Amino acid sequence: MKKIFFIFSAILLSVFLNSANAKFDTLVFENEKMEKDYKILVAELRCLVCQNQNLADSNAELAVDLRNQVFEMLGKGSNRQQIVDYMVARYGDFVMYKPPIKPTTYLLWFGPLLLFVMAFAVVFMFMRGQKAQTTKISAQAQEKAHSLLDD
Amino acid sequence: MSRFLVPLGFIIFVIFLGKGLTLDPKEIPSPFIGKAAPDFSLVSLHDANKMIKPADYKGQVWLLNVWATWCVACRAEHQTLVNISQQKIVPIVGLNYKDESELAIRWLQQLGDPYADVAVDADGRVAINYGVYGAPETFIIDKKGIIRYKHIGPINPQSWQQKILPLVQQLNAEAG
Repeated sequence: MKKIFFIFSAILLSVFLNSANAKFDTLVFENEKMEKDYKILVAELRCLVCQNQNLADSNAELAVDLRNQVFEMLGKGSNRQQIVDYMVARYGDFVMYKPPIKPTTYLLWFGPLLLFVMAFAVVFMFMRGQKAQTTKISAQAQEKAHSLLDD
Repeated sequence: MSRFLVPLGFIIFVIFLGKGLTLDPKEIPSPFIGKAAPDFSLVSLHDANKMIKPADYKGQVWLLNVWATWCVACRAEHQTLVNISQQKIVPIVGLNYKDESELAIRWLQQLGDPYADVAVDADGRVAINYGVYGAPETFIIDKKGIIRYKHIGPINPQSWQQKILPLVQQLNAEAG
């Protein structure tokens, strides 16, 4: 009896878990290229509400609207670059999930590398300083040793 | 000399991080500042036979306030908007974003209507054209129909006094 209950609830659970996907938009594409372009675009455009997600992953209402916008524009014959330009004209560069490399984003792209090089330089200078000190101490110690020995 | 380099570098770094703490990453700067307000023709909330377009307000400085009854922050800023409208300094045009007109009419009846007029953007397409990504948002548009400022989030008396009112006064002084 317990086994039947277990199997039954497992089936029920899997049905409910699958139905969680049922609310995703089911779009019918005219051709394969359109579907491919759509998938690329919704992955490379950012959701402006849930800003750490792209349009593909986000469930925000704006994301649904923008996905529909992308779908419609593809249907009317726009290419990927035109759709990206459309979004950037309205939301700025931030709508691109991968920020473009421009003077305003140099710090963003090269900053980590710059910090790493600076940290490395600091460590390097520190180590050089250390070595000089140890030689100095040993020279002093040597003198003391000499004077003690000469006594 | 080189002894101070590391602490100095650290302090500069901390200053950058401190400044970063005061910034709000959710605020996306609008690419429309300095550009013409996108055109639209939407039906008025109060009169089904009347269409509202930005050109209607050419020659004066005006605010376009994106709002909806489902938006909690809009409820929070509403009293401030009513107060501002009573001062009759600048007309406020509402853009009812993805809302139900019946609810919107009732909302304004209950809470007061600060709007010179309200355009109904039921599917949110016009809002997307303005780069709206949430409500409330308010655009300050000058006499020539150019967007000069976008205020993201609710307007409170402080932001009105310190940011919006000075700009409105400045724009009012400009030639149309």
